[in-house]
Amino acid sequence: MIKLLEARGIHKRFGGLQALTDVSLSINKGEIYGLIGPNGAGKTTFFNVLSGAYTPESGEFVFSGSELPYGEPHKIVQRGIARTFQNIRLFRELTALENVMVGHHTRSTAGLFGILLQRKHVREEERLVTERAFELLRYVGIERFANTVSKNLSYGDQRRLEIARALATEPQLLALDEPAAGMNATETSHLRTLIETIRHDGVTVLLIEHDVKLVMGLCDRVAVLDFGKKIVEDVPAIVQKNAAVIEAYLGGAHA
Amino acid sequence: MEELARIVPYFGTHNPKAARSIVIAIMLLAPIAALGVGPAWVRILDFALLYVMLAVGLNLVVGFAGLLDLGYIAFYAVGAYTWAFLASPHFGVHLPFWVVLPLGAGFAALAGVILGFPVLRLRGDYLAIVTLGFGEIVRIFMNNLNHPINITNGPQGINMLDTLHIFGWDISKRVAITDDFSINPLLFYYYVFLGFVVLSVILVKRMQVSRIGRAWAAIRDDDLAAKAVGINLRNCKLLAFAMGATFGGVAGGLFGAFQGFVSPESFSLMESIIVLAMVVFGGMGNIGGVIVGALILSWLPEVLRSYAVPMQTAVFGHVLLDPEILRMLVYALALIFMMLLRPAGLMPAHSRYSKPELVLGKGGKGAEVQA
Repeated sequence: MIKLLEARGIHKRFGGLQALTDVSLSINKGEIYGLIGPNGAGKTTFFNVLSGAYTPESGEFVFSGSELPYGEPHKIVQRGIARTFQNIRLFRELTALENVMVGHHTRSTAGLFGILLQRKHVREEERLVTERAFELLRYVGIERFANTVSKNLSYGDQRRLEIARALATEPQLLALDEPAAGMNATETSHLRTLIETIRHDGVTVLLIEHDVKLVMGLCDRVAVLDFGKKIVEDVPAIVQKNAAVIEAYLGGAHA
Repeated sequence: MEELARIVPYFGTHNPKAARSIVIAIMLLAPIAALGVGPAWVRILDFALLYVMLAVGLNLVVGFAGLLDLGYIAFYAVGAYTWAFLASPHFGVHLPFWVVLPLGAGFAALAGVILGFPVLRLRGDYLAIVTLGFGEIVRIFMNNLNHPINITNGPQGINMLDTLHIFGWDISKRVAITDDFSINPLLFYYYVFLGFVVLSVILVKRMQVSRIGRAWAAIRDDDLAAKAVGINLRNCKLLAFAMGATFGGVAGGLFGAFQGFVSPESFSLMESIIVLAMVVFGGMGNIGGVIVGALILSWLPEVLRSYAVPMQTAVFGHVLLDPEILRMLVYALALIFMMLLRPAGLMPAHSRYSKPELVLGKGGKGAEVQA
C-alpha cells in the first residue's frame, strides 16, 4: 500500500473550543476513505484544515511524499487535492460548463498578454479546456445542462456539477464533504456509482458522510471522529462493531 | 460582435446582421449628424465616448470581479495628470502621445495595484468606503501638491496641454478642404476616441472569455469556492484593479489632450459615482449594456442643459430649476426607476465567459444559454 496522504497530530482550536485533538490518519492511494462522526465531531474542520482554509496549531500533512503548505489553498489544489462543500458552493452566475472551466484554472497557463493578443497557444488552450469541461460534464452525467446557469440546476445536478468542477483541477485526492446530504434514494445510488467510477479511474476519495449505509457499503476504510478525536480507524465491518463508535452514535446505554 | 446587434432591442435578436450594420452606421455617422445641429453636440459625443471607456473599465472591476470601486475616477485623474506633466509647458516637457498614453496607463495600473493591496481582504461596503477614500486622497493630492514644490499647480490646474498629434498631424486643427469648407477637428477627436473605445471593448471581451475572466467571475460569485479550485485571490484581484485602472488611465490622457486643461475639480467623487451609475444603469457585467448606459447618461444632462432653460423661460417666464439640479434629479429618477423595473440594468448580463461553440461548432445544438 502506498500512502497518499498522512495527517500527523493535527490540532485545531477555535478560542476555547478544541475542534481537533491530535488527529492522525493515513489514506492509501486508490482507496475510498470514509470520515464519519456525529454532528460537531470535527469532520468539516478537518477538511478545512486539509484544504488550507484554516491553519492548524500543530501537526502536519504529508501528501505524496512531501509536506503540504499551510494557509494557501491554491497551492494545495496545485499539489492535487480538490474538495467539495457541505453546502453547495457553485459560481451561481456562470453556466455549468463555465463552472467546470474555472476548475481548470490551475492546470492552464494562459497569461494576460497571451490573452490580450489572442496568441495561438492561448486559443488552442481555450479550445482544449472547453472540450475537457464538456467531457467532465458528460462524466458526471449533466452534459445536457452545459449552458444552463448553474443557480438554476436541480439540487442533485448542482452536487454533480460541484464534483465535476473539483475533478477539473485534476486531483489525486478528491475530498467530498457530505455529497449525499439532501439526496433521495435514487440520487444517492447514482452518486455511489459515480464515486466508484471516480476511484476506478485512479482518483483517491476521502468521503465525509452522514449516510452510514452509504459509507459502510462504499468505503474501503473508515475513521470515526468524536469530539475532535479519532476513536477508531479500520475496515467498515470492524468499525461497525466497535463499542466506542456505537457509544458515540447512540449514547452510553447501548454500549 | 453579437453584443453590437443586441444593443438594438427586439430587432437585434431577430435579424442580428442588419442590426449590427445599423449600429455601425450610427457609430460612424452620429458625429456628422450632430455637427448639423451644432458643434457643441459633437463635443458632447466626444465626451460620451470618454465616459464609455471609463464605464467599460469600471465594469471590469465591478461587473466582472465584483469589487465595488467608488474611487475609480482617481485613475482617470492619474492618466490626465500624466498627460499634463509630460505634454505641456508646465514642466516644459512635450512627449508624443505614443509615449505619454502608455505611461499614463502604466501609472494608473500602478495606482490600481497600490489601491488593491490594502483592500485585498475587504468586501462590499467596507471595500466601497476605502476606495471612496482613495479617490478623494488622489484628488486632494492634486489640489495641494503646489507647495512647497509646485508639481500639480494646485486648484488652478494645468493649462495649455499639448493636443493630440498623430505622427505630426495635429488633430485639433481644422482641415480646410476648399476655401469655404473645412472639417471640424471635433470630428477627428470623435473617430480617434471611437478607435480607442473599439480597441478597449475588444481587449475586455478577450479577457472576459478567458481563464482570467472566469477567475474574476468566480471570485465575484463565491470567493471561498474560488480559492478551493485553486485561484490565487490576491493576484486575481490585483490584476482586476490594475486592468480596470489602465482603461481609466488611457481615457484620462485622452481627456487631457482633448480638454487642453486639467484641474482637480474634474475628478470629484461625483464623477466616480456617475461612472458607476452608468455601469449599473446599463447592466453590470454586460459590455453592450454598459456602453448604452454610458451613452444615455452622458447625453441626457446635456440635452437638459440646452433645452431646460429655454423651455422654462418660455413656459414660466423665468428659470425655476437650474439645469444642474435637473441633472441630478434625472439621474436619481433614472436609477430609482431602473432599480424598481429592471434591477439587473437596462440590458441584463447576457455576458458569457466561455465559447461552447468551440467544441459544438457554430450554431451547435444547445449552444444557446439557458438562463
